[in-house]
Amino acid sequence: MSFEPKIISFLCNWCSYAGADLAGTSRVKYAPNVRVVRVMCSGRVDPMFVVKAFQSGADGVLICGCHPGDCHYSEGNHKAARRIPLLKRMLAQLGIEDERVRLEWVSASEGDRFASIVNEMTEQIKGLGPFSPNGGG
Amino acid sequence: MAKLKLALYWAAGCGGCDVAVLDINEKIVDVAEIADIVLWPIALDFKYHHIEAMEDKAIDVCLFNGAVRNSEQERMARLLRAKSKVLVAFGSCACFGGIPALGNFTDRAEIFQRAYVEAPSNDNRDGTLPQIQTKVKEGELELPEFFDTVLTLAQVVDVEYFMPGCPPPTDLILKVVDALATGQLPPPGAVIASDKTLCDECERAKEEKKISKIYRPHEIIPDPQRCLLEQGIICCGPATRGGCGLRCIKTNMPCRGCFGPPMGVLDQGAKLVSAIASIYQTNSEEEVARMVEEIVDPAGTFYRFGLAASMLRRKRMQGVTHEEDHH
Repeated sequence: MSFEPKIISFLCNWCSYAGADLAGTSRVKYAPNVRVVRVMCSGRVDPMFVVKAFQSGADGVLICGCHPGDCHYSEGNHKAARRIPLLKRMLAQLGIEDERVRLEWVSASEGDRFASIVNEMTEQIKGLGPFSPNGGG
Repeated sequence: MAKLKLALYWAAGCGGCDVAVLDINEKIVDVAEIADIVLWPIALDFKYHHIEAMEDKAIDVCLFNGAVRNSEQERMARLLRAKSKVLVAFGSCACFGGIPALGNFTDRAEIFQRAYVEAPSNDNRDGTLPQIQTKVKEGELELPEFFDTVLTLAQVVDVEYFMPGCPPPTDLILKVVDALATGQLPPPGAVIASDKTLCDECERAKEEKKISKIYRPHEIIPDPQRCLLEQGIICCGPATRGGCGLRCIKTNMPCRGCFGPPMGVLDQGAKLVSAIASIYQTNSEEEVARMVEEIVDPAGTFYRFGLAASMLRRKRMQGVTHEEDHH
């Protein structure tokens, strides 16, 4: 059986979740590998959530928020934009490839964009293979 | 009252925890009054077989310092667990892996290569590496097995109490001595320290946290009255348990995180990422990238004492079919 990655995605309530919803209602086809967790804001995504996802068996983590300047809470997505790069650098030191964590801005009207991000990420992670903490052991 | 039987053991650690026990100075006499020491490898000549000969639960309290990084330490952890009524993870290494657990960024093969082959002080032309069994003409010699992954004490056996600190401060040791003397022990699982974060206990002036440049401690002389984080120095206080007596802060050095994560925090490193990155004073992608690069070793800084106890426990080992089942 071919490897089907599990991608946990944290979508902000105001833009990205609506964007994913639009992808659904518009009947855009995209990879079924993404498991959506709705959060109020991308700024709510504690880096601990991302690590916990990997610990619990995720192969990738996708965080989506409103475009810069559009945050419902004005600053939340900026906070995500500061935290995720630092987190990614730390995770790289722990052997987690760059492509496994992705931060993207998806507005409520960007259903197609959400679908293409999910498709692209799914393909990239298929290429990397499964993530198993402590490497197969 | 019969005297308590006390054991102290030193596993993968620097020995500082044993010295910390002596740092209680004259109070050590009180310890001797209430307790007979049955094992203390750094100070007294007891052998492992003396412990093996004891009945189960014959030892009242065992203070176990150091992480578990080889099979001898694992065997002693299991033995002392069986023989002790109360097992205390004593110090940051036993609690969270401590400095030895930075070895979890690498593995046995890499460590052996570095320590026995590449290290410039070696003259090892034959590339001899430690073997578990070695045949010599007198018979077979045995060394403990060196693990790929450093473990915390609680990852090997059940532990009653956790006493963090590198090393645990004297007042907390005395608190435990008093509790033992009076028989008033906290509920099992308790961490003998504060329930608050270090920041909560820190007396420095704190204003708005906004930083635009990260400094390493040797690059500036910080103002001793102001929050170190606000001065751009990575201080682990926001995601570190208090109770240490602010030893580092009072010498104008940042917190390095030796008390481990505070209550409710599962991963000290990830929480520190959150705390540090949140106070970057910029919305520009380039500026964020610059500040991310200014932290020389994020994982080593944020997991300095806590890698073995963190959610991922170690750097991922690629393509290894593992012979040990310690994960």
